[in-house]
This record gives sequence, structure tokens and C-alpha cells, in this order.
Amino acid sequence: MSSRLRPIAAVAAIGVVALALAGCVPNPRATGSSTTLDVKIADDSCEVSAATAKAGTVTFTIENSGTDVNEFEILADDKLRIVGEKENVTPGQSVSYVAQLNPGTYYTACKFQQVGQPIGLAAFEVTGEEIESSASEKKQIAAAVTNYVAYIKSQVGALVPAVKTFTDAYRSGDDDTARALFASTRVAYERIEPTAEAFGDLDPKIDYREVDALAEGLDWTGFHRIEKDLWPPAAGDVNSDGTDALEGWTASTPQQRGEFADGLVADVQQLSDLVNAKDFTVGIADISNGAIGLLDEVATGKIEGEEDWWSHTDLTDFAANVEGAHVAYGIVRDIAKNKDADGAKLVKTIDARFDDLEAELAEYGSIEAGFTPYDEVTDSQRKELSDAVNALGKPLSQLTHTVLGVSGS
Amino acid sequence: MTDDESGRGLSRRGLLGLAGAGAAGLALGGAGGAAVAAGIAGAAAANGTSTVYPFHGEHQAGISTPAQDRLHFAVFDVDAGASRDDLIQLLKDWTAAARRMTAGDEVGGGAVDGSPLAPPDDTGEALGLPASGLTLTFGFGPTLFTSAEGDDRFGLADRRPPELEALPRFRGDALVPQLTGGDLCIQACADDPQVAVHAIRNLSRIAFGTASLRWSQLGFGRTSSTSTSQATPRNLFGFKDGTANVKAEEQSALAENVWVGAKQGPEWMVGGSYLVARKIRMVIESWDRTRLEEQERVIGRSKGEGAPLSGGTEFTEPDFTRKGATDAPLIDRDAHVRLAHPDVNDGIRLLRRGYNYVDGNDSLGRLDAGLFFLSYQSDPAHFVTVQRSLASDALNEYLKHVGSAVFAIPAGVAEGAWIGRELFG
Repeated sequence: MSSRLRPIAAVAAIGVVALALAGCVPNPRATGSSTTLDVKIADDSCEVSAATAKAGTVTFTIENSGTDVNEFEILADDKLRIVGEKENVTPGQSVSYVAQLNPGTYYTACKFQQVGQPIGLAAFEVTGEEIESSASEKKQIAAAVTNYVAYIKSQVGALVPAVKTFTDAYRSGDDDTARALFASTRVAYERIEPTAEAFGDLDPKIDYREVDALAEGLDWTGFHRIEKDLWPPAAGDVNSDGTDALEGWTASTPQQRGEFADGLVADVQQLSDLVNAKDFTVGIADISNGAIGLLDEVATGKIEGEEDWWSHTDLTDFAANVEGAHVAYGIVRDIAKNKDADGAKLVKTIDARFDDLEAELAEYGSIEAGFTPYDEVTDSQRKELSDAVNALGKPLSQLTHTVLGVSGS
Repeated sequence: MTDDESGRGLSRRGLLGLAGAGAAGLALGGAGGAAVAAGIAGAAAANGTSTVYPFHGEHQAGISTPAQDRLHFAVFDVDAGASRDDLIQLLKDWTAAARRMTAGDEVGGGAVDGSPLAPPDDTGEALGLPASGLTLTFGFGPTLFTSAEGDDRFGLADRRPPELEALPRFRGDALVPQLTGGDLCIQACADDPQVAVHAIRNLSRIAFGTASLRWSQLGFGRTSSTSTSQATPRNLFGFKDGTANVKAEEQSALAENVWVGAKQGPEWMVGGSYLVARKIRMVIESWDRTRLEEQERVIGRSKGEGAPLSGGTEFTEPDFTRKGATDAPLIDRDAHVRLAHPDVNDGIRLLRRGYNYVDGNDSLGRLDAGLFFLSYQSDPAHFVTVQRSLASDALNEYLKHVGSAVFAIPAGVAEGAWIGRELFG
């Protein structure tokens, strides 16, 4: 949720990118070795001929023996950030995909019909010496944009079916199932929230809290409308603004449930259509500002416990925002690092602060296993989390300036 | 975002010309009556708000400096994960920013001249405002040396002066943990509240990632004079307060009561002092229903002139032995002025520097108001002696101590040095 953040200004970002590119210098050619591996794709499997490779150029020869279009992905060790991908591998097709990989742990996976959860997720170790980047900054920026757009699509791709399952349970009155799915269904959305917010009226429909919808005179729909049905208030309960929770609210009838379920399904489908449109892209500044924006979401909303007022699943949103910020940051990280000594120093600080915040969060659970309900997190624990958010927010706020390298201070 | 000490950056007052006379007029208009005898601290004397107190010196500014009208006091805790180097870097960054702000300059690269793609170094609300007599006084709490669990957090445990320990419990204490204790403190005093708040806000921001605010307090209407050139102000009980305070002009009294001397040590504290901060809630509704005669009996002074009830004028020494017609002392046995007086406290004099506060109201519709008491002394034991003497103070009926902290205030900073360098040396 946020009605206050500015939508991403695509036009402004393009201007800044051009400015940044004017000063870029191509880096030396790539070093390192060369490996070729086979990837066998079926509808329900994704097998790579080896689980390790030497750092350098890795060529994947991909063959799709399945029944429908598929894609091959290389993910970072967080299993979220897309390091590289080959889309639109049609049945019967065999294609090559070349990746430049540095030492580290990666994951390979495929995505049947190019949506939903990754299939055949498998660890992939790259060993050896760090390769020098062969990419000029211009290429790095282009790759960053491609990778972030891919990440947005992958998250929306996971969101659509998750919302379908969740709303089916809610619609049919299977509240136990719906309650169990509420937090996890929101994860994909929370990871890319600034993108949805950029589309004007979509975020208000999908993710507005009651008090905000009321204040802006909007029909209250989306996740939080459903949330209040699933965790209905008792007499005497108050909304996050202190008003009577029962005033102007009644539990939805089965017909209303159907309408709210249909509405949320349609709204996330519209989000999917928008991010899968041919002309959809983002600017490099949108990525770094997206990382900053996601952390602001945490600092202004989740930390107060006002986001998931009835379910108290705020920490799952919190963690998803942080993951989304980490992915966006990870995508532009090397651009910042390669700028100059200050850039390298900034990246080192941000890396450490992400580690601190994630370690702090891990004390309360995980996205997979669930988190401590936020109403059980004490004020002093909330302050510790807030301190860790502020500690990260300070260097992260310098990221866009560093990535774009516009002189000024 | 810079710890440079080269004087790079903008003077806020330099912007006055750009901002136009309107802004300047506004700023100066807010000065009304704030003029102080700036010469005492060697300041460039002018009207009140353009006063600049030197940041560097033998002692930190903001102690014997003529008390400004406004306060923003802030207490920080150093983050659990911060290292000794992080702490040192924070003190360096704070020093660089304090040096600039006390001179009326913007922090770092300024409020509007930095990169459009990054947040400005300075938050900007003091643009166009002069230095306004801003002083920033830094201190170290006992928990900076040894944590509550007994950990030597930053290798400073053996540097802790024995005088620096949490205050004992006093009668009337109703301490709120969130208003008590803390690792580091900054006292920001200025004649313009916006300037004081700007200072604490920017210093808090610089601290992110190393230290975070534990509690903070705004104050208005200084309740003490620290110079003979200042009229004695009134506290929220409506009485003159601090008539017998240690004043800047009393060099020997300062040396005796306020500054840590070479004999006392430790070496890094010589020229420093100890600060006691107490948030004292006043039950002013009850007080306001008390008849004047009783109010004066409780305080031991007349409400109008501030003269002791034993006779004379404000600055007449109280005569605690003088009796009235009923053979009872004219100044009651449990009058505040008697129990706080040096004569009953081994000659101890504290340099008080408190402020009034009103934090809105409580749920019962009472003003959440009182005295934010600040006193500087060469040993916190002096405060303890006086506070224990006040155990039978008739005023206690109207008081509740809700916050408490003690800090070691290191000596002043030399040009090019940083706050507390001697502690880490």
C-alpha cells in the first residue's frame, strides 16, 4: 500500500539514462574459460547436463521436448533475481543461450508456458576466478533493464495463479484455506509493488487499506477488503485510525465475496497484461528508485503494523518488500560498484546492511515458513527492525545518484 | 555525507540575499528579546539570532554559555552491531556537522546544491536562518562504557570515570524506561526552536546505521540564568527559578563546582563536566488550585519579586534561622529553597540549565507539562546530595520524576579535532 509514493516517471528516467551513457567507457574484454552444457526441457522437468561450470562464458544448448512454450532461467542465490534467461523456447526447438557467469551459487529452472512457479529448480555452482566484465556500461544498463523487466514478469506470473487459488477459497467460504494463503499470495505483489503503483489506479484497487479508500472516496476492494472478511473484527475493535471497526462495515455476503474475488482476479490479470505488453519497459533509475521505494514502504507502512491490520501478517509483506528491494539493488549493484571508489564503498555498505536486516528478519521466521504475527512483536523489537531499515535506507538513498553517476556533490 | 573540515559548503545566511529581504525580515522578527550578552563567550556580538558561539574551546559550549531560549535534547543508543570504529566515525561526522551548524552553515554539501538524484546532505528547514546562538553539547552515558549486561562494548570499560554511573533511586521517582538512560546525548540550545530542531534532526540522520534515538525532549523558556546579564526566568509554577545558579562570570565557582579539574581526572575528562537530565512532570492543575500563601511557603520565596521569605529582594541571601511572630522559621523547614540551598548541601552549587516543557496533554485532560531539569556539575554525586536533601521537599507533592539520565561531558574540541578524541586515544 501507498498512496503517497510517486509513480515511476518513465519519461524523466529516459532522459537521465541518456545523460549517464554519454560518459561511459567500454571495459576490457572478458577473461575466463568457456563451457558448453545441454538443457533438456519437458513440461514438468528442466535438466542441465552438469550442476557446475567454470567462471566465464557458459553456453547452454536448450532443447524443448514438451508440449508448449517454455523458458530457461538462471537465478541468483536468492532464487529470485534473474541473472539471465532465454524466453520463448517452443516445442521441438533447440537454441543456444550464452551467459557470462562469475563464481557463486546460482539456480537453474524452467517456466512452463512462461508463467507460474519455476520448475526443476536446481543449484548450479560456478567456480574459479572472477571474470572481468566484458560489458560496457551501456550493455550493463541494457542487461539490468532486461533482467528487471524479466523479474517483474516472473513475479506477476506467480501472482496471477496464486490470487486465483486464494480467491477461490475465499469465494467458496473455505476461510481456513484462504487465511492460510493470504500472506503468501501477497508476496509476489509486495516484491514489485512500485511497479503496480506506477499504473495509477491499479494499486488502490488491489492493495488499499480501508482507511485510505475511505479517505479518498474510493470503493474499497482488493486484498485488504478480503482480509477483514477472513479476520472479522469483534465488537469494540478499532481500525488502524482508531475508528470503530464495525462502523460502515458488514461481513460480505456470498455474492459480495464473489464480486471482490472476481475484482481482484481481474485487477491482477490487468497488471499482468500491462507488464507483458510489448512496449513495457523500465528505466535504469526506476530500478534503483524502486529499491529505495520498497524500503520506504517498509519504513512508513509495515513497521507500524498498519498494513495487515486484521491478519497481522505484516512481517511477510515486510520481508517481500526487502527481497524485492534486494533484487532491484542486485540488478544495478555492479553498475554502482564499477563507477569509482565511492561506488565500491557504497555497495559494500549496502551489502552489509541488507545482510543485517535480513538476519534481523530471520529471527521472526521466513516467507516460506511464515512469520511471527506482528501484534506479538514488541515495541522494542519493532524499534530494532526499524533501526535496521533506517541503517539500510541511508546508503540505499544514494544508489540512484551513484548508478547514474551525475556529478553534483 | 561528508566529514570534511575545510569549510566547504554554504552559509545559510549567505542565502539571505537570494531568498530576499522577506525571509530575512521574518527570521530576524523571530528574534525578539533573545538578545544576550554574547561577549561572554567571545561571540560576535550582534542581535540575538545572529549570535554565533564558538564551537571550539577549552570547554564545550552550551554549559556556561548564556542560556538560550530553546532546547532540543536527544539521547541515542549505539546499535548492537556497531563497532568501535563505527562509533569513532560517528563522533567525527557529528563533530563536522556540529562545527558547520553552530556557525550557521548547512551540513555537508548543503540543502539544495547536491545531486538531484540523491537526498540533500542538509534537510533544509534552517535555510535563511542565522546561527541563532546554537550550541551543541555532546555527552557519553554509562552504558557506552559498559552495557547493562556488563559487556565492554567498545573497549572503553577501563576508561569509565568512577563518577559516571546510573543515578540511585530517589523518592518521587516514577521513571519511564523509554525516558531514562542512554549511550550518547546531544543538547541543542538556540534562540530559535527551528534551528535547535534542525540540528538534532540532521545529527540523528547522520547517526542512522550506527546509533538511533532513544528519547528526546523539546524545551522552551529557559528556567535558569547562566549569566548575570540575564533576568531570572520563571518556571511553570510561576516562580523565578535559578536565582542562586552558578553564573558564567563566576570563574572560580565554575572551576570549583562545574568543571572536572586535573586533580580529579581522568585525563580525558579534564575541562569537561557531568550532566544530569531529569524530566520532572509538574502536577500543575493541583498547583494552580493552591492558595498563593501556600505556594510561597512551599517554595520559600515570594512569587512576585522572588525574594526569600526571610526578607529582602531577589538576590538577598535567604536567612533560614530568622523566625516570625509564631516563633516558626520564616522559611519553612521543608521549603524548596531551603533544602536546595548550598548551606544545607555541603556548599554544593549546581549549574542548572533547565527548560519548561509541555508535551500536549494526558488522557485525563491535564497538561503534560513540567520542568526538563538539566544540571552540570563536576561530580554527579553533587546532584545526588541535593536530590536526597529534597526528599522532604514540600514541592514533591506537585512533582513526579519520569525521566533520568547522567552523562560524562568531555572537554571542548580543538580546531581540527573531534568530540571525545581523548577518550579513544
